[in-house]
Amino acid sequence: MASITLTGVSVEFPVFNAASRSLKNRVLSVATGGAIDRRGDGHVIVRGLEDVSFSVKEGDRIGLVGHNGSGKTTLLRVLSGIYRPTSGSAVIDGECVSLINIALGIDPEATGRENIRLRAAMMGMRRDELREQFDDIAEFTGLGDFLDMPFRTYSSGMQLRLAFSTSTAIRPEILVMDEWLSTGDEDFKHKADKRLHEIVNTTKILVLASHSRELLQKNCNRILWMDHGRVRLDGPVDEVLPAYFG
Amino acid sequence: MYRTVAHSRAWAETRTGFMLPTRTGFLAEAFADVGAAIEKHHLATTFSWQDVAQRYRRSRVGAFWLTINMGVLIGALGFVFGTLFRSPMQEFLPYICVSLIIWNFISTAINEGCTAFIGAEGIILQVRMPLFTHVLRTLYRNLIILGHNILIYPVVLLAVGRMPTWDVFLAVPGLVILVLNLLWIMLILGVLCARYRDMTQVMQNLLQVIMYLTPVMWMPRTLPDGISRLVLDLNPFYHLISVVRDPLLGVPPSSFSWMACVVYAIVGWIVALLLFDRYRHRIPYWL
Repeated sequence: MASITLTGVSVEFPVFNAASRSLKNRVLSVATGGAIDRRGDGHVIVRGLEDVSFSVKEGDRIGLVGHNGSGKTTLLRVLSGIYRPTSGSAVIDGECVSLINIALGIDPEATGRENIRLRAAMMGMRRDELREQFDDIAEFTGLGDFLDMPFRTYSSGMQLRLAFSTSTAIRPEILVMDEWLSTGDEDFKHKADKRLHEIVNTTKILVLASHSRELLQKNCNRILWMDHGRVRLDGPVDEVLPAYFG
Repeated sequence: MYRTVAHSRAWAETRTGFMLPTRTGFLAEAFADVGAAIEKHHLATTFSWQDVAQRYRRSRVGAFWLTINMGVLIGALGFVFGTLFRSPMQEFLPYICVSLIIWNFISTAINEGCTAFIGAEGIILQVRMPLFTHVLRTLYRNLIILGHNILIYPVVLLAVGRMPTWDVFLAVPGLVILVLNLLWIMLILGVLCARYRDMTQVMQNLLQVIMYLTPVMWMPRTLPDGISRLVLDLNPFYHLISVVRDPLLGVPPSSFSWMACVVYAIVGWIVALLLFDRYRHRIPYWL
């Protein structure tokens, strides 16, 4: 059973500006007596999330909305287990994979085949899993002989095809996405959308951050509206979306 | 499943999710991370080969530029210092060859260890992966480079007409203990440098000074009579370099150097794990 439970999660970032980040400043502040008093140990703190609590059960398809800086990305990182909350607790039960930057790990000078391996490793795929899936991934890209050419020679559409095909070969229990991945020419777009729907349908929990009303309506059954690091509204799609989009 | 409770220290390994909480306890988080990184060491090897390949792609001789550069440096320095110190080339050239290659390995590993986490910012902030993987990747990358450089040594031996002795094989355990030491140094520096960015520069300067204090370019026996051997014995880098260098030069390494290295490894790892356990979860926040 996959589930997510956040209880009173707050995330605070220390802001080390050039000055407070250096040793020099640490040493000097002893001498000068710390005229500028800041929080506790002396740096400015930005609160990314404040007292966020919600729980997600299997079958939930959560849409995440909110203006820039409302804490969506921070929340996605807490869900992916990258940030540990500075207070509160986050329990994430299930394998979680985030499709945030699908080009991460790609080396433009390497060939398509090498890049499939690199990208798969970045996704946490094991070697035997990759061996099993390699041909399917290669086939799905539709790149044919281009797979033996360096990645940099690809058109941007072809580059996306490769990144997309590899990244979506994995079937996690919890899927975290920042924006829907739209890709390539009409032909591939159709194939890609089909593949994405497939993943979305097979994952037990989906968290999708998006600014597109249509997309959220189509894929989600619950919307979480983030505002200034807090949950402003949490409810069914037809309740929250009209309130958010106005 | 993973549980990221604000103050808990509980992580273990899952199949694809990398870590999950099972036990809490002394150093549990540090052990879980390091353990997961070792278990998933194919990540580190994949990325480190990639790092080396990336630097030399589209070049005709590829990574062997490393070998060529090092060879030229050894030739030049061997000639200059050999003449200055009036050492017989037959002895001095192999010495400076091994010294420079090993020192280059040690100092680049430490320098790049400082940026192990900073340089992997993109990955750390997007993918859940053991953090120690980034340290391993940095180390492997430098081991690959060491592998390219060491090829010069047999050539130098041939050139001066010396034969290696069976002691050469003792360099392997020497390299293992050196690597174990480098790993904890890199782990500590990686954490400190992520938090205090100036540390990277401090270390760079420090390493340069250490290079001259350690017998890399000069031979231990050229120390003037008035200077105590303590200059060598109190220098950890002397022992670290000796356990690999001496066997390569046909001398069995001193048991004192070996013991020193083992002690450094034990004490160093304890400190590194304590630090890592305490600050591991803060590292993404510092990037």
